[in-house]
Amino acid sequence: MSFLEYRVKTAPTGFSKVFALNWALLLVVTAVAAIGWLMLYSISGGRLEVWAEPQMKRYVLGLVVMFIVAFTPIWFWRSMSGFAYGVSMLLLLAVEFFGSVGMGAQRWIDLGFMRLQPSELMKVTLVMALASYYDMLDDKKISRPLWVLIPVALIVAPTILVLMQPNLGTSIMLLVVGAAVMFAAGVSLWYFGAVLAMVIAAVAAVFLTRGTPWQLLHNYQYTRIDTFLNPSADPLGAGYNIIQAKIALGSGGWAGKGFMQGTQSRLNFLPEKHTDFIFTTLAEEFGFVGAFSLLVLYALILIFLIVAVIQNRDRFSQLLIIGVAVNFFLYLVINLAMVMGMAPVVGVPLPLLSYGGSATLVIMLAFGLVQSAIVHRLR
Amino acid sequence: MKRVARDNEASARRVTRRALLLSGGMAAMFVALGARMRYLGIEQADQFRLLAEENRISIRLLPPIRGVIHDRHGKVLAENEQNYRVVMTREDAGDVEAVLNRLSHVIPLTRSDLDDALEALKKNSSFVPITVKDRLNWEEFSRVALNAPALPGVTPETGMSRVYPRDADFAHVLGYVGPVSEKVLEGVENPDPVLQIPKFQIGKVGVERWLEDTLRGTAGTKRIEVNHIGRVMRELDRIEGQAGSDVHLTIDAGVQNFIQARLGEESASCIVMDVTNGDIIAAVSSPSFDPNLFVRGISNTDFRYLMDHDHRPLANKAVQGAYPPGSTFKMVTALAALEEGVITPETTVRCPGHFESGGRRFHCWRRGGHGAVDLERSLSESCDVYYYEVALKVGIDKIAEMGRRLGLGIRHDLPMSAITEGNMPDKGWKMERHQAEWRIGDTINASIGQGYVLSSPLQLAVMTARLASGRAVKPRLVRAIDGREIPVEPAEPLGLSTSNLTAVLHGMDAVMNEAGGTARSSRIVADGLRMAGKSGTSQVRNISAAERASGVMSNDQLPWNRRDHALFVGYAPYDNPRYAVSVVVEHGGGGSTAAAPIARDALLRALYGAVPPLDAYPADQRGRMDSLLSSLLLRDDDGRYPGPSET
Repeated sequence: MSFLEYRVKTAPTGFSKVFALNWALLLVVTAVAAIGWLMLYSISGGRLEVWAEPQMKRYVLGLVVMFIVAFTPIWFWRSMSGFAYGVSMLLLLAVEFFGSVGMGAQRWIDLGFMRLQPSELMKVTLVMALASYYDMLDDKKISRPLWVLIPVALIVAPTILVLMQPNLGTSIMLLVVGAAVMFAAGVSLWYFGAVLAMVIAAVAAVFLTRGTPWQLLHNYQYTRIDTFLNPSADPLGAGYNIIQAKIALGSGGWAGKGFMQGTQSRLNFLPEKHTDFIFTTLAEEFGFVGAFSLLVLYALILIFLIVAVIQNRDRFSQLLIIGVAVNFFLYLVINLAMVMGMAPVVGVPLPLLSYGGSATLVIMLAFGLVQSAIVHRLR
Repeated sequence: MKRVARDNEASARRVTRRALLLSGGMAAMFVALGARMRYLGIEQADQFRLLAEENRISIRLLPPIRGVIHDRHGKVLAENEQNYRVVMTREDAGDVEAVLNRLSHVIPLTRSDLDDALEALKKNSSFVPITVKDRLNWEEFSRVALNAPALPGVTPETGMSRVYPRDADFAHVLGYVGPVSEKVLEGVENPDPVLQIPKFQIGKVGVERWLEDTLRGTAGTKRIEVNHIGRVMRELDRIEGQAGSDVHLTIDAGVQNFIQARLGEESASCIVMDVTNGDIIAAVSSPSFDPNLFVRGISNTDFRYLMDHDHRPLANKAVQGAYPPGSTFKMVTALAALEEGVITPETTVRCPGHFESGGRRFHCWRRGGHGAVDLERSLSESCDVYYYEVALKVGIDKIAEMGRRLGLGIRHDLPMSAITEGNMPDKGWKMERHQAEWRIGDTINASIGQGYVLSSPLQLAVMTARLASGRAVKPRLVRAIDGREIPVEPAEPLGLSTSNLTAVLHGMDAVMNEAGGTARSSRIVADGLRMAGKSGTSQVRNISAAERASGVMSNDQLPWNRRDHALFVGYAPYDNPRYAVSVVVEHGGGGSTAAAPIARDALLRALYGAVPPLDAYPADQRGRMDSLLSSLLLRDDDGRYPGPSET
């Protein structure tokens, strides 16, 4: 290898980091957040101080966090992964035993200016932990059973804690995000095939034995599953939200009823209209055009992230971005599928739009990590 | 910090490959989401738009204003008055109890008013207005408005409610309104949506009920926007309804009031009818009650009082009461016989005071008998035996036929409640009803309006009007609707021979104006207002042979409810009949003494259009009549009682 052939790759340092930042991604993210403020303003009946202003403040805070994280070298974050995961687990345990219960099941820690849900934090720190695990792991060991069990344990432990809260939506997200990172790291497809087969078999066993003397669950549990899977069977109870949400979505039509003209949200027919169901107001007031535009913006964000994965050659960075992308994707897919009546109702907010501190802050933190990976890419 | 990249191309490629696989999956999901958006927002948009409108828009009915009821001269009998009330909403009041307490210093509120309001306020959603107090007077109402700043959540409101300014005079004719009951709604095939309005009032009895469709009008609608819990956000638009039609009755409120007062506390009824066109000038039943009590919600004690009263104030005796007509029926028997030709007016019958038939003895009211009696005397002195004989000659079926021709035993259709058909028995009726042969005794009893014969004061008035006019006059109660007169067709002639009819009318004249006439003391002496009539006394008990032997007990000796009913029918003027009258005084004793004077006063009041002058009465009665007439408490033209009105 000649000297000339030898090319030292370096990461930007100092002020040049500002130019290495993916400003386009930040712009799209801010655009989505701005749509959120607009909708919050509309839902509160044209009052800024109710939801829009606090949400803006949170976004600004999130932005600051994002910049700090982004300009901190990615290898620092890699070295912090284990610690961050550990802290998250401790916080999860803490809320499990000392946390306050509110809004049904969400458990949080009051930080004074906001309430932090450790389960939200865990979504990011789990990705960090898994990414750094596979970063360290020798390629040859990746698919060995023992070395597969360790990340499985890392995923399952917080999942169980969150499930106990109980928070089904977040549990599912932790599982799927974890699995996605493992998948991306290159764990043999046989494992995924085996797990998928087992899940299918279990679900089949539960449903096929129904009504026979060997049924696996009690009747009331089956009934619960039924209402969970098909809420419209219970139009005044669980189904009410979904029916009203679909009415709002559908009545928007092509171009919507106009800004602040959504009757479903303004007249309170929509439940949770400023949090989980915020998308329905968007679709009602801006119609298919508005809703589809938001989908395009979301797709754009994901495309930016995938491109960043392709450009990056650092395994920790790659896996981290993949984890964040899958996480972000799951947020929006579960939420949109839920409000459009394609999936059961589980409490998952729409990323960057729904009113709420933890999710916004954690998403901005995740984007900070992504930006850090982008900034500190060796080039 | 410097770091050497672990530049493992192979592993990075694998990660990239798998990342692209994952993004393929994500892209597929995005397509699914987009497709779903398109499905909901474009393909199903119309359906969901409709559902959203259904969610949002609620249609409220605006109750129509009920038609006003007038008498024949336009005096108001039933109208709608502004009803001032105080409503309160919990969310605006804040401390409900404190506000209620303050309110009780502004307007009088009873403990139960407060408790009811408090309970209703707690039970309903915080934005639902609750009526705290109804029917405030103007002064109280304005006091509440004045103190509004100290009474948050309290609003004075106005509404419409039915009021009957001549309260008891028209209770039976008009009836009253009340809230729609579930029963009413069930009975109707396609109920008017206005009936769904809470507390909407509809006619329950009387004219209010039977002209309900005319009086009600049609509801207007307003479309309002409501939120998910039904709170009204704003009014979108409104379509005004149509007020109900105003109704003019044939009744003369002055005559009605005069007769009501004249009947006093008797359990009695009276109909005055225009002979020429059938207009009911007065339809009075006594005692009466205040229909406004029912509109406002009658108290239990008041209701019990009305229900338990032995004079049955709630019954409209003028059309509901079915009484044996007694001797007032004799014109029917006489006419039947005359028309059949079995007698002439000159035919005489010897009355020994009793009549033997089939081994039974039937008595004349005069034990000593009347001697030889012709038609005129049979009426003027009301000989029973004459009719026993005549009836046996003509037979019950012909008598019943004549009765029906004159308006007995048939239902006269007026917008009033529970109008009775009475009973005009014949052989077929008895077979059908009692599965028994008609007996001679039945004919004898029927001939003098006893036994199975039953008729209402209305029917008796119709009979009298038909006799007086010779035409099949039909009674009517409604003169005009919305100012448009309802045309009256001239009544068909009865088809009776004029000489026969004249003979009977002559007999009725003799009753009042010939020496020996049973009702001579009730004659009218004013020029051109000569009155004809016929008294009747109908038994409500059987007189046993033993009692007859020892002397029939006089009415004074009997308890009230076993005394005879006193009846009288008449008309005036004799030469040019204008008004017919019928009077029934339940358990009043003799018809000529208890009922005839009332009939005369009623006729005179209708004829003069004012309280009759004393010179219409025989000279020897004027002193008594003066004190009687001046003792009557009558309304003035505005329907108010004279004198200091502090009530």
